[in-house]
Amino acid sequence: MAEPVAMMKGDAASNQRPFYAQFTPEQLKEALRRMCLIRRFEEGAEEAYMRGLIHGTMHLSIGQEASAVGSTMALRKTDYITSTHRGHGHCIGKGADPKLMFAEFFGKEEGYCRGRGGSMHIADVESGNLGANGIVAGGIPIAVGAALAIKKQKRDDVALCFFGDGATNEGAFHEALNMASIWKLPVIFVCENNKYGMSVSTERSMAVANVADRASAYNMPGVIVDGNRIEEVAEAVLTAIARAREGQGPTLVECKTYRTRGHSRSDRNRYRTKEEIEEWKLRDPIGHFETELVANGIATADEVAAIFAASDAEIAAGLIFAQNGTDPSPNEVTRDVYTPGIPA
Amino acid sequence: MNAPIRELTYAQAIQEALATAMEADERVFIMGEDIGVYGGAFQVTGDLVHRFGEDRVMDTPISELGAAGIAVGAALAGSRPILEFQFSDFATLAMEQIVNQAAKMRFMLGGKVSVPLVMRLPSGSGTGAAAQHSQSLEAWLAHVPGLKVVQPSTPHDAKGLLLAAIDDPDPVMVFEHKLLYKMKGEVPEKAYRIPIGKAVVRREGRHVTIVATSIMVHRALEAAEVLAGEGIEAEVIDLRTLRPLDTATIIESVKKTTRLACVYEGVKTLGIGAEISALIAESEAFDYLDAPILRLGGVDSPIPYNPTLEKAAVPQTPGIIEQVRNLVKGRI
Ligand SMILES: Cc1ncc(C[n+]2csc(CCOP(=O)(O)OP(=O)(O)O)c2C)c(N)n1
Ligand SMILES: [Mg+2]
Repeated sequence: MAEPVAMMKGDAASNQRPFYAQFTPEQLKEALRRMCLIRRFEEGAEEAYMRGLIHGTMHLSIGQEASAVGSTMALRKTDYITSTHRGHGHCIGKGADPKLMFAEFFGKEEGYCRGRGGSMHIADVESGNLGANGIVAGGIPIAVGAALAIKKQKRDDVALCFFGDGATNEGAFHEALNMASIWKLPVIFVCENNKYGMSVSTERSMAVANVADRASAYNMPGVIVDGNRIEEVAEAVLTAIARAREGQGPTLVECKTYRTRGHSRSDRNRYRTKEEIEEWKLRDPIGHFETELVANGIATADEVAAIFAASDAEIAAGLIFAQNGTDPSPNEVTRDVYTPGIPA
Repeated sequence: MNAPIRELTYAQAIQEALATAMEADERVFIMGEDIGVYGGAFQVTGDLVHRFGEDRVMDTPISELGAAGIAVGAALAGSRPILEFQFSDFATLAMEQIVNQAAKMRFMLGGKVSVPLVMRLPSGSGTGAAAQHSQSLEAWLAHVPGLKVVQPSTPHDAKGLLLAAIDDPDPVMVFEHKLLYKMKGEVPEKAYRIPIGKAVVRREGRHVTIVATSIMVHRALEAAEVLAGEGIEAEVIDLRTLRPLDTATIIESVKKTTRLACVYEGVKTLGIGAEISALIAESEAFDYLDAPILRLGGVDSPIPYNPTLEKAAVPQTPGIIEQVRNLVKGRI
């Protein structure tokens, strides 16, 4: 989004969290706007899918907006992220334009991946997003690789890597964290622990209680935050970014959160209770942040309402833009398999 | 009096084979991601966990390489594991155990062990799942000595081939097609086996042999029906097993029809069609050929998300009709 204003921790009003001093009121309101945009974007995508306008499947992150925006709000454009199959929020958090994301969902040439990738591969590469990923944990070593390149080029950028709790059971996670640590690479591992990898709970799939517990095996800090509170996420990520930029190596930040929708469009929610879902809906990250901003005198109720109305309008316009996009030509099915102009 | 025909979907037929095998043999168990209460990503295992319990229908963490290795180890030590990959694409994460361990263990240990495991791999395009969830990697695995590879095209074969795979003392890879899961067909209630390594002639003809696999068998049969209306009689062979290949059935058919077309979904280049073409080129059927050999396979591209492009990336019925017609009419 932009550089945070201040890194000092002590100068906030005593009853306020450092978060409110680390970012300007404009940055804080922009963060709310992005969270709201993510929510509306996914609701719009869900509806278009149910009306049969979008094919394939999609994984909604409704309920997880605080970890997406809290993690990306302190990043620069030149910092990288790698994302997951549940990546719409990460993409918007890093600065993507929803109408070009919708165009991708509709399979149009105007879409970010020119209609070739769809939801599971959504990425605005220009904003530093190296890609959503259809392979669980696929992006984790890739983020470490980006961090290695940053270090080799002596840049002070970072790579921030999103993944789910389930991904931490893949070998790629463990291999990548180890290498990031031994080489002290500027990477931030952000686990969005929403309690389930598809239908399997962390209790059934992990030998430890927290993903953060795994950090000690790789000699890096493992921090646990309430992933539904943007201020907790952002503060932890800011500390991790500072460490990374200073050459002190990686951090693992575990955001405890929840997806209130099913895993994908075909989930029948047989593995969790309605009560659990309802309980988490009460901890809505957007409602929380909105209340905080008003309570702290950073935004008025009218400003908040205007943010919501503007998001609604942007999403509605984006859907129309996408539907009117250009269909790719079947003659170009093998385009972009290789770089043009070089014999393959 | 004929008994009424019992129809099951391809997914139900697989589930029935799994249940039959688990009932008959205590050593059999299944493992995979979300195969328990969730019932499997394609609802193949369904409620088996309620019938057989969590010890025999095991949800694994998202750990494909580990799970594949655990299947190898369990097979070596007397169990009969069946591992479901949620999508065949994720077998790429487990290649080490499949290719270096499962396939070679018996050979490397001088024939002193066997690895009786089955891996089930939902594959193919057509669901809008894009490049990492739509591949047809059967030729990859068929390239590895030590593995057997089958591709059932009907509910009947899905049950019979899976039961044969479970009986088999060596590792068998069962490539299922996602678009076939809901297809219905006759499935006998009794336990029956379809021999691994045997192709079947699905339609007889005298002008051209079409060798097809999996969902392409159905497209080839549709094409043959249309071509029959034009006086072109195509013989359609359903390969059913990629390794070991039923060379005799293919060679005999080509000697009769004098023309060969191969239709498969995997990428055309270096795919199963290349093997079948070479088989004919190396056999006595070569002298009988009246036309060049035709291969229709996936284009040299990952599977695109856009539905029009996705269709264009693999053989479809109209293209099969046109190209086989051209082949028979000498326009190729
Ligand atoms: C290697 C691999 N295995 C399995 C899958 C199927 N799959 C997609 S998402 C998912 C669950 C991932 O869980 P988690 O990492 O916790 O992320 P969440 O979906 O909860 O956001 C599974 C099993 C996959 N895409 N890739
Ligand atoms: Mg999860």
